[in-house]
Amino acid sequence: MVVILQYLTYFLILSSVVSAIRVFIGPSVADRLTGLNMAGAQILALLVVISIANNRSIYLDVALVYDIFGFVGILAITRYFTRRSNTHEEDA
Amino acid sequence: MTIIACVFFALGVLFNVMGNIGVLLFPDIYTRLQASSTCSTTSVLSIFIGCMFLAGWSPMTGRLLVITLFFFVTNPISTHIIAGCAWQSGMVPWRRPPQSH
Repeated sequence: MVVILQYLTYFLILSSVVSAIRVFIGPSVADRLTGLNMAGAQILALLVVISIANNRSIYLDVALVYDIFGFVGILAITRYFTRRSNTHEEDA
Repeated sequence: MTIIACVFFALGVLFNVMGNIGVLLFPDIYTRLQASSTCSTTSVLSIFIGCMFLAGWSPMTGRLLVITLFFFVTNPISTHIIAGCAWQSGMVPWRRPPQSH
């Protein structure tokens, strides 16, 4: 079972790197946010799998706080960009 | 228990690969958002359920349940907010280009 969890850890690291490609090549802000959201989800799963593999429950608290702050960060970034576009529309 | 957990891990890996391919290959922000939201949520949820089967009846399962519920609520909400940001900044949805012949 430990071997399967180890290979799952490697796979999650690789897939989070692959979904971070969209952050670098995305043509717009929303594309980059999509890649960031997906990479954040993979890293959350990675933290949970590491916690189960090592039988340490401290990583679960880290995962919960990581999820909360990722959600708040995406909320703040999108609010910043939509407010800027709204003021531009009102000016025009 | 181990076999059920392995089945859920295999489902998670499958959905993960499909979501990554969709995010890399789709032509538009809205189609990419669809691939990202559905495949990422189902793959991470499958991995969480497999971890719950591995952890058994212990305090770790309770924390995993809290993380699963929070993720199941917040990931579609953040996708919805990104789609609203893209729509308000004036992106047009992708249409199939007209056939040449």
